[in-house]
Amino acid sequence: MEAFNYRKAGSVDEALVALNGADDGKFLAGGMTLLPTMKQMLATPDTLVDLAGASELVGVSRDGDTIVVGAMTTHAAVASNSDVQAAIPALAALASGIGDPMVRNRGTIGGSIANADPAADYPAAVVGLNATVNTNKRSIAADDFFLDVFETALEEDELVVSVSFPIPLKAAYRKFPNPASRYAVVGVMVAQSAEGIRVAVTGAAASVFRADSFEQALSADFSAAALEGLSVDSDNLNEDIHASAAYRANLVGVMTKRAVAAC
Amino acid sequence: MAAAEPLNTGIGDSVTRVEDSRFLRGLGNYVDDIVLPNQAYAVMVRSPHARATINGIDTSAAAAANGVLAVLTAADFSAYGGLPCGWQVHSKDGEPMTEPKHPILAEGAVRHVGDPVAIVIAQSKTLARKAAALVDVNYTDLPPMVDMQAAVADGAELVHSDTPSNVCFDWELGDEAAAEAAIASAAHVTRLELVNNRLVPNAMEPRSAIGDYNSATGEHTLYTTSQNPHVIRLLMGAFVLSLPEHKLRVVAPDVGGGFGSKIFHYAEEAIVTVASKLVGCPVKWTADRSEAFISDAHGRDHLTTVELALDDNGKFLALRANTLANMGAYLSTFAPAVPTYLHGTLLAGTYTTPAIYTNVKGVFTNTVAVDAYRGAGRPEASYLLERVVDLAAIETGIDPVELRRRNFIQPDAFPYDTPVALTYDTGNYQATLDLALERTDASGFEARKAESASRGKLRGRGLACYIEACGIAPSNIAGALGARAGLYEAATVRVNPTGSVTVLTGSHSHGQGHETTFAQVVSDTLGIPLDNVDIVHGDTGKVPFGMGTYGSRSIAVGGAALANALDKIVLKGRQIAAHLMEASADDVVFKDGQFSIDGTDKSVGFGDVALTAYVPHNFPLETLEPGLEETAFYDPKNFTFPAGAYICEVEIDKETGVIDIVDFHASDDFGNIINPMIVEGQVHGGVAQGVGQALMEGAVYDSNGQLVTGSYMDYCMPRADDLPNVTVSNHVTACTHNPLGVKGCGEAGAIGSPPAVVNAVINALGDFGVKHIDMPVTAHKVWSIMNAKNA
Amino acid sequence: MSVSVSMTVNGKAVAAEVADETLLVTFLRDDLRLTGTHVGCDTSQCGACTIHVNGSAVKACTMLVAQADGCEIDTIEGVSDGETLHPMQQAFKDNHGLQCGFCTPGMVMSALDIVKNNPSPSEQDVREALEGNLCRCTGYTNIVRSILAGAKDMEAR
Repeated sequence: MEAFNYRKAGSVDEALVALNGADDGKFLAGGMTLLPTMKQMLATPDTLVDLAGASELVGVSRDGDTIVVGAMTTHAAVASNSDVQAAIPALAALASGIGDPMVRNRGTIGGSIANADPAADYPAAVVGLNATVNTNKRSIAADDFFLDVFETALEEDELVVSVSFPIPLKAAYRKFPNPASRYAVVGVMVAQSAEGIRVAVTGAAASVFRADSFEQALSADFSAAALEGLSVDSDNLNEDIHASAAYRANLVGVMTKRAVAAC
Repeated sequence: MAAAEPLNTGIGDSVTRVEDSRFLRGLGNYVDDIVLPNQAYAVMVRSPHARATINGIDTSAAAAANGVLAVLTAADFSAYGGLPCGWQVHSKDGEPMTEPKHPILAEGAVRHVGDPVAIVIAQSKTLARKAAALVDVNYTDLPPMVDMQAAVADGAELVHSDTPSNVCFDWELGDEAAAEAAIASAAHVTRLELVNNRLVPNAMEPRSAIGDYNSATGEHTLYTTSQNPHVIRLLMGAFVLSLPEHKLRVVAPDVGGGFGSKIFHYAEEAIVTVASKLVGCPVKWTADRSEAFISDAHGRDHLTTVELALDDNGKFLALRANTLANMGAYLSTFAPAVPTYLHGTLLAGTYTTPAIYTNVKGVFTNTVAVDAYRGAGRPEASYLLERVVDLAAIETGIDPVELRRRNFIQPDAFPYDTPVALTYDTGNYQATLDLALERTDASGFEARKAESASRGKLRGRGLACYIEACGIAPSNIAGALGARAGLYEAATVRVNPTGSVTVLTGSHSHGQGHETTFAQVVSDTLGIPLDNVDIVHGDTGKVPFGMGTYGSRSIAVGGAALANALDKIVLKGRQIAAHLMEASADDVVFKDGQFSIDGTDKSVGFGDVALTAYVPHNFPLETLEPGLEETAFYDPKNFTFPAGAYICEVEIDKETGVIDIVDFHASDDFGNIINPMIVEGQVHGGVAQGVGQALMEGAVYDSNGQLVTGSYMDYCMPRADDLPNVTVSNHVTACTHNPLGVKGCGEAGAIGSPPAVVNAVINALGDFGVKHIDMPVTAHKVWSIMNAKNA
Repeated sequence: MSVSVSMTVNGKAVAAEVADETLLVTFLRDDLRLTGTHVGCDTSQCGACTIHVNGSAVKACTMLVAQADGCEIDTIEGVSDGETLHPMQQAFKDNHGLQCGFCTPGMVMSALDIVKNNPSPSEQDVREALEGNLCRCTGYTNIVRSILAGAKDMEAR
């Protein structure tokens, strides 16, 4: 790993000051992606600003019909939180399936969504549950947050503070893991709320996306059978040694059906 | 005398392991755990290209970097030889194999991604790594030969420009005319083309080496992650660096798994040995995992066409197999032996096939060297044979169990000479098959299949009957076949004055539990508690000699050497006891730790005899030396032939193609078993690697020679939730030619399981008419086949 | 740059000045000479470096020393009572849950974490919870047996 300056921030304000003072600084959340990337010399920031001391970023709360998850809340904490388990069990289940237990003990929701790995699980939750990403500057609607591979709407000096998840009527997440890395080859969050049906797909393309035709079909008939004969277009789907675009397209259908059945 | 309490630490007892306490407390001593005073750290500069010429190397910036002690390139190793190959195979025309130089560091050209070009030595690993990035190598990138078929085509680019072609050897075994005649006239011929997928061994401990030169004594010490420290001393000392044995000590302390990949002499071992003398301090190198992927020898990688001829009754008439075997860019230590003598000789399997012919071409490619990996040639033989037999069963309509039974070598036919150069000493293939069928409820399969179908799953059942040649190897046979060393083993039994025993063995334990099983042999023979026995291995400075651990040889060859040394101890002990009891040694019997005179109540304990040997007051010095220490070298008379039947049941998810192994049973004949608990563990681990090969693992190179599966992100290592609980059973036919009657168990699981798993998948996909799927049989492949058929 | 840290390692107070980029595993192995924590990969997947930080299992290869400032660290060396094995370690020995021993410290530390979160795990629970620990020797069968047995023994105490 290249040398860098480590700065520990005690608050969001301190973190922003520290980052602004660096030439090429990065926020350090759980470090589950950033540190391996730096070990491989694929990222060489000159400063890491550790957010672990910013206590206002940690924790889960229920605010009426919304679950608010602080950016520095670990996956393990989300998975085991009783409010999450009661209100959005699909979110708790998704968090309990990210990476492995050691990753879940360190990795955070803020770090995950700011990184926007196309194969990460949380983007499916954020988009599928129609969450709002709250930053130090503004609130960003889920559909506007994820832009492309490792690219989000976050600006240079913008920091995810929390994510607000409206509580759906029902929801479920199903993932087909990459057999080697265990990241999602395809992960699908299906949610039904007063506003309608959402089907958010991660892993399959450059960024999380909504399967419009599936949403329409499920709006008319919320059942796995309603998806028979439907498929997502494989043209824009990822291809690698683990899965062709056609296989991913199939998996999007299968995982969606299974998520609907689990709702 | 009252009968002694049974020790329960003898042969056949499931004794918990002596070595576990240190490992469980984090007190193992692996090479990377060793820090010598004033130690420096080495980082390798490796080729990013699969094939390129080196126009120049500018090391000046790296040499000037902070903390750097030296930057070495091939020029610094010009006085030394290349890395030797330990086995010379001859082509069918009688010519020796092509043996291009394998330089320690690249000389003017690189031949695979990861080929070492330079080494940077610095005061810390971080400083060495930073300086390594400053080594400026000027390459001219050339188109690589990655694909074996392209590499053997006319006009192919040469991996080694000083060789006539990329064919290393063109080897054959068996009767070509007889096989051809039988195939031409047979009632039925089953043909199959298959790939034996390339694997990365992935012992969990990455390789590591420390060179430590003592200028006062002129002695070099090499600490290395090796399965065979004496072999490294021999290869590196005699062939590479010209260091005499008495000035070179090789230590392989606790080693974190090998599976073959730590047999070989690697460049880094020679580099740190030389470098330590050059820079005047110990030099350590430890591989990163990503470095291990491109520098550890890989395994398997065969492309085979096989034909099996059968008569109307399903009797096998002939087998013909033609194989391209990847050697990679350089010949690793045992590489040429693996696809030839460890593969072609096993093509009779457990069957009476009268005519067999095989041709194997070893092929150079611009990829990492390929050498022995758990099973080494025998998994490839077992796979092609058990796949083609299963396909023949489908094509002829004969039940796969019945087809195998019709062709088994019968229990009364031993010793049995195969048409491919081996003599099986003993076996009972029906017995292990019957046991496997019984333990897996063969008759209940159709009901289970129906139940699976009710849940939308396709269920399949697969069988494989394997045989392997282990206990490698009789030196005279190995020598005749091209081995450049003997393959015996040595053991010294040192009885200490107070009756405790130190065993020095040339076998090396890196997970196999020798410190326990070898001690059990001692406990059993001498009737002393296990706590009184210490097994010393892995240090040429302590152990007289040895050829190390591979080819399931430790108990069959090393254990046999130990047994013979123990016999000598007992013999001398009887002489000492006879002296103590004033009797003739011929009248002294030794049992349960007591030397006694038959028919009398006279006896002396083992401890008294030991003490007398070292306190030889009133000792008959004219007929008996003081001391009680004996060494035996054991050279086996034949290979051993473990065999067995493995049965696998799978369920396939029709929507995703995901394969779930729902049952796996291994029924083996390992001969006599020293520690059933350890043997079962060896089978579990072997099966895991075999299942990994069958369903998950595969090294993939792209057309530029880049290893796409270069980390655990893409190379699919089996995890706990990928694997089933493996159950085992044993049928024993004792080996007829070694003193313990043992055959060895280390590789069986990896040999028998791949065809059992693939046969099960093909069986499950019966409705799709699929004949074969190459390994790894991934969910993606299975879905694609089902999808194409459905569409 | 360097950073001053203090932490508790296996119950003992430790203070040090380390380069900012120092990984916790490097500090444990090279500076404290606690070499039971192993490094088996460089992509944070093998789990051989698993330790406990404030009572939870983490990969020491994916954490900076600086991040561990003020934390309680437990490594494999602190699990047994001298030469008396912890019930989980004893279960690994009794059930032949280790062969070469290299992944073993990480397995034991993960096993303790599994049981902490789920005192009576099922076999499937254990298999899934070992997602972050690779073993090449055992095929996991006996590791799973060991953890199930160790959990029972721990519950019985």
